[in-house]
Amino acid sequence: MKNILKSIAALVTVLIAFTSCNDTKKSDSKSGALASNVAEKVYVAPGEHDEFYAFISGGFSGQLSVYGLPSGRLFKVIPVFSQDAEKAWGYNEETKPMLETSHGFVPWDDAHHPDISQTAGEIDGRWVFINGNNTPRIAKVDLSTFETTEIIEIPNSAGNHSSSFVTENTEYVVAGTRFSVPIPQRDMPIKDYKGNFKGSLTFISVEPEHGHMDIKFQLIMPGFDYDLSHPGRGKSHGWFFFTTYNTEEASTLLEVNASQNDKDFIAAVNWKKIEEYVNNGGGTMMPANYAHNVYDESTHMATSTLKKEVLTVNPLDVPGAVFLLPTPKSPHGCDVDPTGEYIVGNGKLSANLTVHSFTKMLDAIENEKFAGDAYGIPILNFEDVLAGSVEQPGLGPLHTEFDGKGNAYTTFFISSEVVKWKLGTWEVVDRQPCYYSVGHLMIPGGNSQKPWGKYVVAMNKITKDRYLPTGPEVTQSAQLYDISGEKMELLLDFPTIGEPHYAAGCPADLIKPRSKKLFPLEENNHPYAAKSEADTKVVRDGNIVHVYMTMIRSHFAPDNIEGVKVGDKVYFHVTNLEQDYDVPHGVSMIGANTSELLIMPGQTETFLWEPKQEGVWPFYCTDFCSALHQEMQGYVRVSAANANTPLKWSLGEDIE
Amino acid sequence: MKKSNIIMLLAAILPLGLFLFPLWKITLEAPQYPTPLGMYIYINDFADANPHDIKNINLMNHYVGMKYIPEAIPEFKIFPAGILVTTVIGLIIAFKGNYKWFLYWFILMIVLSSAGLYDFYLWEHDYGHNLDPRAIMKFTNPDGTQMGFQPPLFGTKDILNFRAHSYPRLGAYFLALGIGTSLIAYLVGKKNHKKYSDV
Repeated sequence: MKNILKSIAALVTVLIAFTSCNDTKKSDSKSGALASNVAEKVYVAPGEHDEFYAFISGGFSGQLSVYGLPSGRLFKVIPVFSQDAEKAWGYNEETKPMLETSHGFVPWDDAHHPDISQTAGEIDGRWVFINGNNTPRIAKVDLSTFETTEIIEIPNSAGNHSSSFVTENTEYVVAGTRFSVPIPQRDMPIKDYKGNFKGSLTFISVEPEHGHMDIKFQLIMPGFDYDLSHPGRGKSHGWFFFTTYNTEEASTLLEVNASQNDKDFIAAVNWKKIEEYVNNGGGTMMPANYAHNVYDESTHMATSTLKKEVLTVNPLDVPGAVFLLPTPKSPHGCDVDPTGEYIVGNGKLSANLTVHSFTKMLDAIENEKFAGDAYGIPILNFEDVLAGSVEQPGLGPLHTEFDGKGNAYTTFFISSEVVKWKLGTWEVVDRQPCYYSVGHLMIPGGNSQKPWGKYVVAMNKITKDRYLPTGPEVTQSAQLYDISGEKMELLLDFPTIGEPHYAAGCPADLIKPRSKKLFPLEENNHPYAAKSEADTKVVRDGNIVHVYMTMIRSHFAPDNIEGVKVGDKVYFHVTNLEQDYDVPHGVSMIGANTSELLIMPGQTETFLWEPKQEGVWPFYCTDFCSALHQEMQGYVRVSAANANTPLKWSLGEDIE
Repeated sequence: MKKSNIIMLLAAILPLGLFLFPLWKITLEAPQYPTPLGMYIYINDFADANPHDIKNINLMNHYVGMKYIPEAIPEFKIFPAGILVTTVIGLIIAFKGNYKWFLYWFILMIVLSSAGLYDFYLWEHDYGHNLDPRAIMKFTNPDGTQMGFQPPLFGTKDILNFRAHSYPRLGAYFLALGIGTSLIAYLVGKKNHKKYSDV
């Protein structure tokens, strides 16, 4: 027996030796996630919470998704720029105004770069801002309700891509145009682009208490493409940096024509200086037309206002405010390290990764060492501002994030990898493959002075064979790497919605305690709210019928309505009387040309129903709310347009 | 002032804690309520343990035909008056009375508290058994009788998917301490009286 035990022990020892040996090998190869210790690192036991929130853009879905890290579990898709029938976003009467623009109702957008609000250079977890790329808009999502509460359209912008990044006290959320366009818009030949088109960089002030957005000023820049941006921080707070491409100012076949210049620019904007100029009455008010949509949590309703003018600033009118830093080959990402000293220009067609020094930039500016100018804006010498470059780190650098420990992590689209390198020495420390063709990456707190350098999420453009196939269109995906050690370790692949561009993350503890459980009924100021069953009624005004309805487990009040006629416009204003966590009710009406409503406790929402046929038509609760959910239903009697059926309603008794 | 009278003074004042702290608490646990529902019973009020708890208890209970927990009950007037009157009596005794009166006050308080508890039991019984005949869900005991949903007077009990806890809270402890203290006042007074008698 002893011998058997001994030999088993020996065998186990050998196995362990083999396994651990395998592990070290594996972490260098692509199958690191097979190791059991890797699985444990992403395992969040049932009922336990993740350590981090990740807000991952939905790209062409127009929405913002909420994930937990390290588990990669999806918790919610927050509707932002696209209609969402599940949550009635853009379908109910309350949220339709949120999707209004100067072009009318635009029910979709391309959502790219979420960024969480900051205080004193650190993530504060109050709001997430995200840009709509196509019809330029910036949205604000309130992280106490995880709902979009404000959307502002950006005039004089097109392809709102170098957006929506916040300064270190959330003084501004910044939106830069990708396309340059005629400003103001006018009918002109496209070939006359050069010198005539302009690019706008928009600084939207954020009111500190409630986060209300307002365009403070637009900087009207030369007609380049403004690709991405990031704020200065710490020592460079007060500046904002934008990458540019197409400094050739081509309007056709850009893949060739915008790739000719050896160097494009990073535009450094001293926004504090411009703010001061504007506060002293500087700038030119220009006629404009843009929508500002605000959702009021107390009335549970949004309003849309068209604004008619915008303050523009010509950079030449504010000397010393804007400089151009030559940066090789159509730089994409523009990333600033946590100290604010290094500005990384990810020259996507360059073999090397260029890093500028803020200190050197200030020095060059002070000594007026200019290499020339572009439309009057001073160009600094490349060598004067260069901090260093990472030599041949990979192919197609796109984006860089920082771990707060002196390391930077850059994604390489073409060579499909994340490369870790050291700030200051510019040496490559590690590289890990991505599956496949990685775009953005995100370290929680990455755009702040205080990153939490435990994980990096890489967001890929292609997945090919990584998941079960689902026809020609396969899932989008992200990958999670552990970056707590010297070497990175791939932990997890997880699917994402739409196409993930940028993401923003922070420790769950910053947000979790503030997450609302319900809306207090006594604070509901919706004009059509019925706050008790005693307040329910049906009111006719011409052919418009307002139903003041309530819902509580497990019935509607009223649940029988008569006297509605063909051709009426019937507005169901439905209030959820529940005051309990996670007890929403839904409501849907047969034949209604809209979505269901999904109403949170204490909230009122409205849908419009235009009955077209006589009959008795049912409605019901769409969210399995209680043991008697199936009983939660009702009828509306619809009479002919000229009928005399009296308007009556009831609950629990017959209409006589 | 004699030592026993000072103790009696304390005994008379302690029950006033009932005006500051809840007398009792009923807690209902269920899988769907990771934060349990709870209700504090004050001598003059029912209060939510967490916001909206009573509303949500009512919502649960309507399925089995239980009545809503009333906004107010007559006891909310009677109990405070009773406490005030007995405190005044206690104070008078503390200043004027001798140790025998301390014992009478002690007995009075035991009787009144027992009556209060019995009243509470009766209300609970009615609340748990006087069900709406049109109740959505009707349950019977194994012996065929109608199942009641009376929470325990004291202790813990399983009621369908809920586990109900019913325990005294700080206010009740103040009352009990006051009553106990009056007994101590009596014993101290008696001992001293003996001592003086012996002398």
